[in-house]
Amino acid sequence: MPAPIRLRELIRTIRTARTQAEEREMIQKECAAIRSSFREEDNTYRCRNVAKLLYMHMLGYPAHFGQLECLKLIASQKFTDKRIGYLGAMLLLDERQDVHLLMTNCIKNDLNHSTQYVQGLSLCTLGCMGSSEMCRDLAGEVEKLLKTSNSYLRKKAALCAVHVIRKVPELMEMFLPATKNLLSEKNHGVLHTSVVLLTEMCERSPDMLSHFRKLVPQLVRILKNLIMSGYSPEHDVSGISDPFLQVRILRLLRILGKGDDDSSEAMNDILAQVATNTETSKNVGNAILYETVLTIMDIKSESGLRVLAINILGRFLLNNDKNIRYVALTSLLKTVQTDHNAVQRHRSTIVDCLKDLDVSIKRRAMELSFALVNGNNIRGMMKELLYFLDSCDPDFKADCASGIFLAAEKYAPSKRWHIDTIMRVLTTAGSYVRDDSVPNLIQLITNSVEMHAYTVQRLYKALLDDISQQPLVQVASWCIGEYGDLLVSGQCEEEEPIQVSEDEVLDVLEGLLVSNLSTPVTRAYSLTAIMKLSTRFSSVNRIKKVVSIYGSSIDVELQQRAVEYNALFKKYDHMRPALLERMPIMEKTASNGPTDIVQTNGETDSTILDTKHLPNITQPASQANDLLDLLGGNDVVPVIQTTVPTKPASAGGELLDLLGDLSLTGGPTPTPAPSVPMSQPSFLLDGLTSQPLFNDIAAVIPPMTAYNKNGLKIEFTFERSNPNPNIAVITIHATNSSEADMTEFVFQAAVPKTFQLQLLSPSSNVVPALNQGSVTQVIRVLNPQKQQLRMRIKLTYTHKGSPVQDLAEVNNFPPQSWQ
Amino acid sequence: MQFMLLFSRQGKLRLQKWYVPLSDKEKKKITRELVQTVLARKPKMCSFLEWRDLKIVYKRYASLYFCCAIEDQDNELITLEIIHRYVELLDKYFGSVCELDIIFNFEKAYFILDEFLLGGEAQETSKKNVLKAIEQADLLQENLDFQIRLLPAGVLSPNISSESTGLFQS
Repeated sequence: MPAPIRLRELIRTIRTARTQAEEREMIQKECAAIRSSFREEDNTYRCRNVAKLLYMHMLGYPAHFGQLECLKLIASQKFTDKRIGYLGAMLLLDERQDVHLLMTNCIKNDLNHSTQYVQGLSLCTLGCMGSSEMCRDLAGEVEKLLKTSNSYLRKKAALCAVHVIRKVPELMEMFLPATKNLLSEKNHGVLHTSVVLLTEMCERSPDMLSHFRKLVPQLVRILKNLIMSGYSPEHDVSGISDPFLQVRILRLLRILGKGDDDSSEAMNDILAQVATNTETSKNVGNAILYETVLTIMDIKSESGLRVLAINILGRFLLNNDKNIRYVALTSLLKTVQTDHNAVQRHRSTIVDCLKDLDVSIKRRAMELSFALVNGNNIRGMMKELLYFLDSCDPDFKADCASGIFLAAEKYAPSKRWHIDTIMRVLTTAGSYVRDDSVPNLIQLITNSVEMHAYTVQRLYKALLDDISQQPLVQVASWCIGEYGDLLVSGQCEEEEPIQVSEDEVLDVLEGLLVSNLSTPVTRAYSLTAIMKLSTRFSSVNRIKKVVSIYGSSIDVELQQRAVEYNALFKKYDHMRPALLERMPIMEKTASNGPTDIVQTNGETDSTILDTKHLPNITQPASQANDLLDLLGGNDVVPVIQTTVPTKPASAGGELLDLLGDLSLTGGPTPTPAPSVPMSQPSFLLDGLTSQPLFNDIAAVIPPMTAYNKNGLKIEFTFERSNPNPNIAVITIHATNSSEADMTEFVFQAAVPKTFQLQLLSPSSNVVPALNQGSVTQVIRVLNPQKQQLRMRIKLTYTHKGSPVQDLAEVNNFPPQSWQ
Repeated sequence: MQFMLLFSRQGKLRLQKWYVPLSDKEKKKITRELVQTVLARKPKMCSFLEWRDLKIVYKRYASLYFCCAIEDQDNELITLEIIHRYVELLDKYFGSVCELDIIFNFEKAYFILDEFLLGGEAQETSKKNVLKAIEQADLLQENLDFQIRLLPAGVLSPNISSESTGLFQS
C-alpha cells in the first residue's frame, strides 16, 4: 500500500474542490484510506493520518473513529506522535466520550516524563479538558509539580490545579501547602498563574479568602515593582510592564479587599498610584485602568478614591474608542446605585451615547439613563428618552417604553405632562408597549380626574390617525367608552376642544370592530366601550343595533359579550345605568413581588385583562352575588401589575441587583378580580344560600315579623349594601309551628311602582312542622327614591293535604331599611 | 475564557479551542450562531457583544476573525490584548503570518496557543518565553525522529487570495 498522502497535500487537494459535493467525495475517499490504514495498525503513518483526520474534523466531518488512534499516539515514545496525539485528544476526546478515561494512565506517565515538554503536553491536556475522575486520580501528580523548581512546569501546574479545583472543589485543600511560596517567584509566568490559582481559591472558599488576606502587602509590593520598574523588554506592552499580571493582581486585590477595612486601606495608595500614573493612550493602559476602577468601587475605598474612579470612567466616556465607551457605561451601571451623585455629573455624556451607532452602547446608555432619572432632570431626560424611543431598534422599544412609563410614574412633574408622555409613547411605539401596561395606563388615567376630557380628546385624535397599534387602541377605546360624554360635549380646558358628534365617535369604535388590524382583545374593548356609551350618548338605537349584530359573531368572546349586552337592553334595562356608570378611582395594590431583577417579559395573559373589565359589565341576570359585588365596589379592585422588562445579559454580579430597586420593580401576578368568570348567563336561579352576600354591612337593622297566621310565621331580616344605599336585602325566614309540614310552599311578593323587586330562589319549599327548620329566601329591593317600603305578600302551600293561599300587606318596615 | 474561535470572512472555521465540555452538536450550533452574529456586525461597531449569558470579544485581523467568549468577571479590554498577543506570536513564528499559514499549519497554531493559554488563562506573559518553548519543542520533534520535517513557513497556493494577506495589514 502506498504511503498515505501528507497533510499539506491533503489540505491543498481539498481546497481545490469547487463544490461541497466534490469536497465531500474527496474527504470520504481519504477517510476510507485512513480507516484501512488504522486497521493495519501502521505505526509509521499513524501520526500523519490522525493529523489529516483532525483537519477534516475542523471542516465539520465526523472523526470519531480516530479516537483510539489518538490514545495510541499518546502512548507512543515519539515526541511528534505525542504532540499530535494530545492535540487529537483535546479535539476529539472530551469527557463525554467513553474512551476519555483511558487517557489517564498515559497522562500519569507523561506527567513524570524526563522531558519537560512531554510533561508540559500532559499538563496542558489535563488542564484543558480533564474529567473529574481524571482530576481526582491525577491531582497528586499536579500538586507535586506545583512544588517543582522548574518554572516552565510550575506555571502549567498552577493552571492545571485551577482546572482540578473547578472540577473537584473538595480537592482545593490539597493545594494549599504548595501555594506558600508561589508569590516569591521571580518568573512572571509563574506569578501570573499563581495569582490565577489564588483567585480561584479565594472565590470558592471564604476560609481560603481570610487565609490569603495576609498576602495583600506582598501583592501590593509586586504591583508597585511592576509600575515603578524601568523598561523591561521581555514583558513590555506599549510601555507598560506586564499588563496581564497587573490586571490579575488588581482582580485578586479586589476579592481580598472586599468587605475588609484593613486590606482595603493597605491597597488605597497603590490603587491611587495606578489610577493616576497609567498611560491611557493605548488600549492596554485602559485595560488596567478599567480593572483598577472595578477594584476601587468594590472595596471599602475612601471617597476621594471613589471620585477618582468615577472621573476615570467619565473620561472613558469621552474616548474615541468605542470599546472604552462601552466598558465605561457598563461600569457606571454597576456603580450608579452607590455613587449616584458622582455619576449624575456625567449625565449629559451618557445621554449623548444614546445616539451612538453601536447597539451594545445604546443599550447600556439606555439602562444607565433610566437609572439616572430623578425629580430634577425628569423633563430633560424624558425628552431625550422619547427621542431615543422614536429612533431606536425594535428590540429596544419594549424595554424603553416600560422604562419611560416607570420613570414617568415616579417623577411626573404634573398630571398633564404625565398624560402627554404616555400619549407620546403610545403613538410612537404603541405596538411595542407591553400588554400589561394597558391596565396600568387605564388606572393612571382614571385617577387623573381633571384630565379626563383632555385625555379622551387626545386619544380620540390619535385613533383617527392610526389604529394599528393595539395598546394605544385599547386604552383609547376604554377611555372613549368611559368619557365619551366629555368628548362630545366639547369641554376641554387644557387645549382647544374638538367638535365631534356621537355618530363620529361610534363610527370610529365600530371601525375598530371590523378592522383587520384589531386583535380579538381590542375588539372586545371596543364593543364594551360602545356599550358603555349607551348610557352616555343618546343614539341608543344605533348602539343596540351594533350589539345585536355581534350576538352572532364567530369570536366567542365577542358573541358572549354582545348577547349579554343585548339581554341588558331587553330585560334589564333598568339596571343598565347603574351597571355602566363611571368607574370609581382604582386603588393600586402594593407591589409585593421581589425587587430583584426578574426576568419577566409580558407574562400577563389576556384572560386577566378580560376579567379586569368584567366587573364593569357583568352578566345581568345571573348570580346575584355578582351584581352585588359589582355594586359593592370594595371587593372589586382591579389589580394593577407593574412589570419588569427583560434584563439583557449584562455584566452582572451582585451590584446589578441593586438597580432593581431604583428603576424596575417586579410585580406580582395579579389576583383576578373576584367577579364571575364567563359562564353562561343563567336566567334560572339555582339554589343560593340565604347568607348575606357581602361583608360590608351598614348599620344593623332590626328584624321584623311580617306575617304570623295559622302557624306560619315569616320574619324579615335586613341588610343594606354599603356603597349603594338604594338596595335593601331582605331575608325571609318562614317557620311552621303546626304539627304538619307545609309543602309546596311558595312565597311571592309585590311592591309599589317606584320600587324594583328581585326574588331569589328559596332554600326549599317545605316548611317543616314544629319549628324544626325554616325556609329562607332572599328579596332584593331597589328603592331609588327612598320612599317608604311597603310590600304585599302572597303565600301558597299545602297543609294537611289541602292547599292554602293567603295574601297580606306588610307595612311595618323599620325606617332604616329604606331611608 | 470559555472558548476561542478563528474563522474567515466566509464563515469557515480555522481553529477552535474549547475550554468547557460540550457535545459536538452543541459546539457546532454555538459556532454556527456565533459566526453568523459576528459576521453581521458592521465594521465600526465595538468589539464586545453580549451573547446568551457570555461576553464575546472579537477582533478582525485581515481576513480572519478572532473570537473569544469570556465570563462575566473577566476584563474585556485585557482579552483584546490577549488576542493581540496571540496574533503577535503567530506573526513571529510564521514570519508575517497570514490566513494561509494557519490553514496549512493548523496544528502549529494549536501548539502555539497551548503554550500561551492553558485552561483559558494565560500561562506565560513573556512573548520571548512562549516562542522559545515552541522552538525547543520543534527541535525535539526534529531530533527525535526524522519523519516529519519542519516545513518552511507560509506555503502558498498558486492563487493569491485574501488568505495570503498578512494578518497585521488590515
